[in-house]
Amino acid sequence: MSDATVDPRFRRKPPKRPIRLSWADERIRGIVWQVLVVGIIGSIIWWLWSNTVHNLEVRRIATGFGFLNREAGLPIAESLISYEPTDTYFRALLVGVLNTLKVAVVGIVLATFLGTAIGIARLSKNFLVAKIAGFYVEVIRDLPLLLQLLFWYTIMQGLPGPRQALKPVEGVFLSNRGFKVPALVWEPAHTAALIACIAGIVLTWLYARSARAKQMADGQPRKVWPAAVALILGLPVLTWQVMGAPWEIDWPALRGFNFRGGMSISPEYAALLIGLVTYTAGFIAEVVRAGILSVNLGQWEAAQALGLRHGQVLRLIVLPQALRVIIPPMTSNYLNLTKNSSLAVAIGYQDIVSIANTTLNQTGQAIEGIAIIMLVYLTISLSISLFMNWYNAKIALVER
Amino acid sequence: MSDITANTPAMSSSEPRSAPLTAVGPIAWLRTNLFSGWLSTAVTLALGYLIVRAVIGFVDWAFINAIWSVPVSPTGVAQTQACRDLQGSGACWAVVTEKHRFMLFGTYPYEQHWRPAIVCLLFIGLYIVSSMRRFWNWTLIPIWIGTLTTIGILMWGGILGLPYVPQERWGGLPITLILATFGLALAFPLSILVALGRRSNLPAIKVLCVLYVELIRGVPLISLLFMASVMFPLFLPEGMNIDKLLRAQIAITLFAGAYLAEVVRGGLQALPKGQYEAAEAMGLSYWQKTGLIILPQALRLVIPPLVNTFIGFFKDTSLVLIIGIFDLLTAGKTAIVEPSWQGFGVEVYVFVGLIYLCFCFAMSKYSQGLEAELNRHRRR
Repeated sequence: MSDATVDPRFRRKPPKRPIRLSWADERIRGIVWQVLVVGIIGSIIWWLWSNTVHNLEVRRIATGFGFLNREAGLPIAESLISYEPTDTYFRALLVGVLNTLKVAVVGIVLATFLGTAIGIARLSKNFLVAKIAGFYVEVIRDLPLLLQLLFWYTIMQGLPGPRQALKPVEGVFLSNRGFKVPALVWEPAHTAALIACIAGIVLTWLYARSARAKQMADGQPRKVWPAAVALILGLPVLTWQVMGAPWEIDWPALRGFNFRGGMSISPEYAALLIGLVTYTAGFIAEVVRAGILSVNLGQWEAAQALGLRHGQVLRLIVLPQALRVIIPPMTSNYLNLTKNSSLAVAIGYQDIVSIANTTLNQTGQAIEGIAIIMLVYLTISLSISLFMNWYNAKIALVER
Repeated sequence: MSDITANTPAMSSSEPRSAPLTAVGPIAWLRTNLFSGWLSTAVTLALGYLIVRAVIGFVDWAFINAIWSVPVSPTGVAQTQACRDLQGSGACWAVVTEKHRFMLFGTYPYEQHWRPAIVCLLFIGLYIVSSMRRFWNWTLIPIWIGTLTTIGILMWGGILGLPYVPQERWGGLPITLILATFGLALAFPLSILVALGRRSNLPAIKVLCVLYVELIRGVPLISLLFMASVMFPLFLPEGMNIDKLLRAQIAITLFAGAYLAEVVRGGLQALPKGQYEAAEAMGLSYWQKTGLIILPQALRLVIPPLVNTFIGFFKDTSLVLIIGIFDLLTAGKTAIVEPSWQGFGVEVYVFVGLIYLCFCFAMSKYSQGLEAELNRHRRR
């Protein structure tokens, strides 16, 4: 955009007109309208605020976040960090946030896989597969999520007691106290192997980048997968072997009236997760299907004409183009799943909404409690949309 | 290709021969769609087996082993022992037979149930009329206002010889329909104003609209409903109080307004800029331009996504269960609180789910058909 290429007439600014104090002047009208609207909305908010302050005084409700340091005294069934009812409200709310994140993160990952599988199944050439996937999507999207959650929770409660627990696979128990699955006894060697795995992923990524740079320079494709296998699988296994290869499984077993050992998944968490995943997957399936259909058939044919194999066509040609269509609606589905996890309160899973609700009932500080809920969700929503916007900008079409 | 033409004998008759059976007809269809390869065949057989098993299991549970009614003792307690003896091998539809009036109309006076029933029919009629393209003009506004007023009169009563029914006794399906429909009717004008405001050149108005939309869309509906149920009484001057249903209605309207505003904004953005410029060149004022040129075109563009958003709200009204308002889902959940009916949740949720499914499925099919119709000119 050098100066020489632009017609000088376009760079000339319109002549400045002095503001006339008249309704005919557009700028005066704009100012009047804005002052009017801001004034009306401001006075409504001021009115509500003054009412609230007055009501709080009359009802002798304390304000401020001082209650966060007081003892909560509310029992929480499951938490990721250690928690006792004698801990503070702040810690109780933190447990709630972690519980929300626990269901949201796991839910997003599972819903993405299930939704993608169903979306692809809907496009299958096999009539039966396509119709079943279509039926699933139609039914699941037309039922309220809350109804589905209550339904799953009823099913969970309808499972037999611990003594008659269902055993679909050896070591897995399904009962009305929740699911019991075998757990690995965690040792330092496992932590080390996990770190080695993450390091392997980072190294693979660096290696793939340099391989691509070299391919750009001399045109020779280089195989990345042997290095990837060695780094991502080999490195952790080696680390684990060096540290003594501990491998002890904690099997759940029936002792008396309940189970001992193993990892337990509460019925509330299981119902919420199943409900959220199956519901959101129905929406993600449609997003994925639309994304794949948005890639022109000519792109497939052109790629095949170049001699690429089916997998290469998908990976190099179709997927990058489909992702551009898929990412924005996928973001809103992730946000919806996170916000929908607040329905946990209806089936008694103690997420942030449930704990904040108990807190505001105990302390009577409604405004602070709801402000905390909104703040937490706004933070989560903004983080997810910032990350997805960054990712979207990265894969967006680069145009000259 | 050349071999074939060389070896084909000259046709004596000009009658076209039909294609071989393996290329057309049901056999060919089966071969291409179900048994196109060994993988496809295996999948078809496995899925077919599972479907047959599932259907047989479902028919057994829902019809063959099901119990449709149970005796009621003179004290009015249902004898559900027969249902419990099934131990889940059959459905106990008796709970639906016994409780369907309660689930549909809540605690509305029993002898007055015809009123909420007519209200439901009026709502359905309103949806059908609104979906017809010949009514897509200004006549729709008086139709809506008239129907909604009639619905109010029928529900409250107190005039025309109808006994007065306080709002606390309303419940069931009419509440779901009222929350969804009134919410949409109130949120729609609001959303148009907000969408226009968000595209306005006036910075203060734009900032207000962006803040409203983004704040509401960033938080779950539940937090707004909690706000309506516990914070709203604090907002109002002492002594002034509005009932719970209206508070929930306000929360749902504010929530719907933010989402609808984004849909309407999509329509405003999709309109070619030439339409705005041409309207300005005609010397129309802002409101003339918006009312006569922009909105009629932009709203027509967004009708399918509007219907989809409406389906979303229709389902989301079930969230009022959490603040204790007696909608269809709450009524269903309450119906099984009674000791004799405890444990028959699945049957009740299937029944309630079917009602939701009927409404949402009809709307989603309508929206798909409409979208295809409105896009027809693009496809040639």
